[in-house]
Amino acid sequence: GPLSQRPLMEVRLGELHAWISTCSFSAQGLLGAAQRAWGSYCAKYIHVKQGGPAGISMLLAGYCLLSYGWNYQHFSKASYFRNS
Amino acid sequence: VLHTTRPLHTTQQSLAPVPPLPEKGGEVRHGFIPEEFFQFLYPKTGVTGPYMLGTGLLLYLLSKEIYVVNHETAAAACILTVIVYAIKKFGPDVAAFADKLNEEKMASALAMKNDTIQTLQTAIEEEKKEQWRAEGHNYLFDAKRNNVAMLLEANYRERLLTVYNEVKKRLDYQVALQNLKRQKEQDHMIQWVEKNVVQSITPQQQKESIAKCILDLKALSKSAHATV
Repeated sequence: GPLSQRPLMEVRLGELHAWISTCSFSAQGLLGAAQRAWGSYCAKYIHVKQGGPAGISMLLAGYCLLSYGWNYQHFSKASYFRNS
Repeated sequence: VLHTTRPLHTTQQSLAPVPPLPEKGGEVRHGFIPEEFFQFLYPKTGVTGPYMLGTGLLLYLLSKEIYVVNHETAAAACILTVIVYAIKKFGPDVAAFADKLNEEKMASALAMKNDTIQTLQTAIEEEKKEQWRAEGHNYLFDAKRNNVAMLLEANYRERLLTVYNEVKKRLDYQVALQNLKRQKEQDHMIQWVEKNVVQSITPQQQKESIAKCILDLKALSKSAHATV
């Protein structure tokens, strides 16, 4: 289909720049994109008849990574003091 | 205020029936890596590609101290072991329990639907029977019309009889009246004749008749004495 309406996973690397230029970065556009992303994740891993640990475990792993990234300064400072 | 300019129900979209949920979710390997990642790397690196990538990434993070190993690492390791053990051991039981709950919900909904369909079917049949009964009303009305006609006939004949009786009574009265009149005239005439006759017997005629009777009697007695 046309470039602007394709989801991110179907865009090739060469067209990435063009694709980014077509999507809207307004508040409504970003909110819509976030809602669509969450909706597609839910439809694929959570709203199924026989889900497994995959649904929430990916969310928990993402949360672990995010919180590690946010507290990285704190971790590096603590290890600095202990190692010296 | 109803906005009459807004068109209603223009699209084919409808909220029911809802499409059913897919059977299984997206494939994940080792619990949290989606299968698409492995398929993405398969053409270039084969089967071991993602694992090599993972090992290399892990060693890089550890050696460069991007991921520091502290007390929280030990805690995370213990927690993860417990979680994985619990999922492996109790997973299928929990899944069976959830499936049973779903089954019960579906069964109750299906039962309700079937019951409603059954009630509607019986209602349809009852309606058809009522329509058939309505056809029989024609016979009922015919019978009722016959009844009414018979009543009218009976009433008419009764009244005819009454008329006949009344007329006969009046005629009988006239006949009796005439008879009575003739009788009375006869009686009256007889009495009048008798009275006149008795009046006409003068005393002299009475004496003469008495003398004649005596003579006759003597003659008779003589004839009687003679025979004896």
